[in-house]
Amino acid sequence: MSKHNLFQKVWKSHEVGTLENGQTQLLVGRHLIHEVTSPQAFGMLREKNLAVRYPERTFATVDHIVPTDEASEPYSDPLADAMIKELRKNCDETGVTFFDVSSGKQGIVHVVGPEQGLTQPGMTIACGDSHTSTHGAFGAIAFGVGTSQVRDLLATQTLALSPLKVRRIEVNGKLSPGVYAKDVILHIIRKLGVNGGTGFAYEYAGEVFDNFSMEERMTACNMSIEGGARVGYVNPDQKTFEYLKGRPYSPNESEWDSAVENWKSMASDPGCVYDDVVYFEASEISPTVTWGINPAQAISVEENIPEPEHLTGSEATSTIEALEYMKLDAGAPIKGTPVDVAFIGSCTNGRLSDLEEVATRLNGKKVKEGVKAIVVPGSQIVSQMAEEKGLDQIFKDAGFEWRNAGCSMCLAMNPDKLIGDQLCASSSNRNFKGRQGSPTGRTMLMSPLMVAAAALKGEIADSREIFPS
Amino acid sequence: MALEKITSVSGQGVYVPGDDIDTDRIIPARFMKCVTFDGLGKYLFYDVRYDSDNNLTQHALNDPRFSKASIMLSGMNFGCGSSREHAPQSLHRAGYRAVIAGNFAEIFFGNAINLGIPCVALQQSERNSLAEIIESTPDTEIKIDLVQREIIANDTRFTFEIREGARESLLNGKWDPIDELLSKAEDIQKVASSLSYS
Repeated sequence: MSKHNLFQKVWKSHEVGTLENGQTQLLVGRHLIHEVTSPQAFGMLREKNLAVRYPERTFATVDHIVPTDEASEPYSDPLADAMIKELRKNCDETGVTFFDVSSGKQGIVHVVGPEQGLTQPGMTIACGDSHTSTHGAFGAIAFGVGTSQVRDLLATQTLALSPLKVRRIEVNGKLSPGVYAKDVILHIIRKLGVNGGTGFAYEYAGEVFDNFSMEERMTACNMSIEGGARVGYVNPDQKTFEYLKGRPYSPNESEWDSAVENWKSMASDPGCVYDDVVYFEASEISPTVTWGINPAQAISVEENIPEPEHLTGSEATSTIEALEYMKLDAGAPIKGTPVDVAFIGSCTNGRLSDLEEVATRLNGKKVKEGVKAIVVPGSQIVSQMAEEKGLDQIFKDAGFEWRNAGCSMCLAMNPDKLIGDQLCASSSNRNFKGRQGSPTGRTMLMSPLMVAAAALKGEIADSREIFPS
Repeated sequence: MALEKITSVSGQGVYVPGDDIDTDRIIPARFMKCVTFDGLGKYLFYDVRYDSDNNLTQHALNDPRFSKASIMLSGMNFGCGSSREHAPQSLHRAGYRAVIAGNFAEIFFGNAINLGIPCVALQQSERNSLAEIIESTPDTEIKIDLVQREIIANDTRFTFEIREGARESLLNGKWDPIDELLSKAEDIQKVASSLSYS
C-alpha cells in the first residue's frame, strides 16, 4: 500500500471533483464565521437568491469588533453594533449556530472552535480569517479564505482550490526553560522567511511538537500564515484525543472508539514522502522578539538590532524601512527598548495555559508605572476558567487590566488601540505597520511571559532574568 | 450571468515599491467595520497616503501623474497577512484591474482572481525596467496579455508567470467559481454523506 501524508489523506477524502480550470472542488466539513468577513457573503447569497446549503456545518461567533471593556449593547461604536446585529440576524435567518456574547461561549473563533470540540482530526475547516491554520494543531486541514469563498461555502459547502505541497518541519531536542511555542514559531518564520511557505502546507513534527500541549501546538500552527503557509498542522496523537474527550461537539461515548481509530488512520504514514523537509534544533531557540514590521524580522532577546550596512539588496532596504518605522537604533541591544503598552491575548496566545504561565510567575511583582498592561482572555470560557483559578485577581493585583474576551488589541477593530507611536510588547501575531490601530503604532511580538517581563520592567527584558525558575 | 472573459488588461501603471506589502497596509483594519464592500476604494493604502494631520503624503497613489492608473506594480510577497477580501475589493473599487508583483501571498492571490483581477509575477530586473518606464512616462499604456503571457509597454515585452488554473479561469470567464460549484450539488451530497463527521 502506498504511503501518504495527512494533507494528502484529508484532501482525498474531501474531494468532490475536478473543475474545468483544473482546480479541485473540495468539501469543507466545518465552516466557522465571524462578523467581519461574513456579512458581505450573506449579502451576495441574497443577491443571487441562494440558501445556506448545510447550515449545520457552519458555526459563528463574534470577536474582532467586540469591545473588551463594555458588556452591554448597543455598543458605543455604531458600526460595531451594526456588525454584531447583522451576524445575529444572518444566523437567525439561516439556522447557523451562533456563540453569541450572551451564550457564555463567545470568544475568538480560533479559541472557540477547539474549545467546543468542533475542531477534530481529519477534518477540512475553513474560516474567513487567515489564522484558521490554528485548527491544524488537531490534524485538520484548516485554511483562511476570502469573503467570496465564505459565500461559496455557505452556498455549496465547497471551495475551488489547488492542492498544496507539504513541507515537514521537524524541531528536535528539548527547549530550554523560558522558551515557548511562540519562540519556536517566530524562529521558524525568521529562518524560512515570511513567504517561504507560499504554496506549502507545513507539517510540524519532532520531539518539541510531540511534547507540546494542544494549546502550544495551536500557538505554532496559528502563525503558519505569517510564514506564508496557508495551512499548518500537527499529526494527531493521544494528546489530541484526550483534549477532545467530553467536549460539547466531540464524538460521544458510543462513537468515541471508532472516531479515534479513524483519526489515527489520518496521521501521516511513517516513511511517506514530503515535498520538502527542514530540521531545527530546539537548543538553538531563545526567547525571541520582533524588531521590525513583519514577523520574520525577529531576533533572540540576547541579540542586537540588525545593522543595514551589514546587509545587502532588498534585505538592507527592508531593514532600513523597518528601523525607521520602529524608531529603533541599528546595532543596539533589543533588550532595554522602552515599551508603553503590554498586551497578553489573541488567537495566538490568549488561552488558559498562556494566562496561567504568566500569572503563576508574577509572585507579587508589579507592572512598571506608566505602562498600560492588559490581559484579554481568548474566550468567555477561558475567562471563566481563569477566574475560577483566581488568575484575574493575580493580574489585577500586579497592575494589569483584566478584560472581556475578544481579539482586542491584536488588530484594533475595537476600542483597544495604540495611540500615536506607542510601542507595544504583544503576544499577538502581526507587527505590520499600523496593525494595532495607530498608523504610527509599533508592535514587538513575543511570548506572553516576555510581554509580562516587558510590562514589569517597562522595557524589553529577558523573561528568564525577570522570572528566574 | 456570464462573466467577462479576461484576455488582457490595459491601462496606465503606478509603481508602489516595497516587498511584503501586507493587507493591513492595503486596507487598515479599522476600515473593515462595514457590512458591505461599497466605498472601500477610498481607504486603499490609507495610512501611507495620509499623514497624522490627514494631509496627503508623497505616496505614488497621491501623485497626479498616476491618477489614471489601473495597473499596480509592486515587489515580493504582495498581499501577505490577513485573508481580508477587503484588500482586493478596495483595489478594484479604486479602479485597479490588475497587479504585477514579484510574487503574491496565496490567500490574496485567490481572492483577487475570484474578483477577476489578474495577478501576474515578474522577475526583479523586469520589474525594475517596468518601474522605470512608469516613472519616466506615466501615460504609457501597459498591456497585460493573458493569452501570450506577456506584458507590453512601449516596445518592451516581458514574459510573466501566473498559475495556469487562474489564467484559464480568467480567459474562460470562469474566475468566479460559484456557478460551477453549485452545479455539482449531487456530488457534494455524496461526499458529505461519506464523511465520518456531520
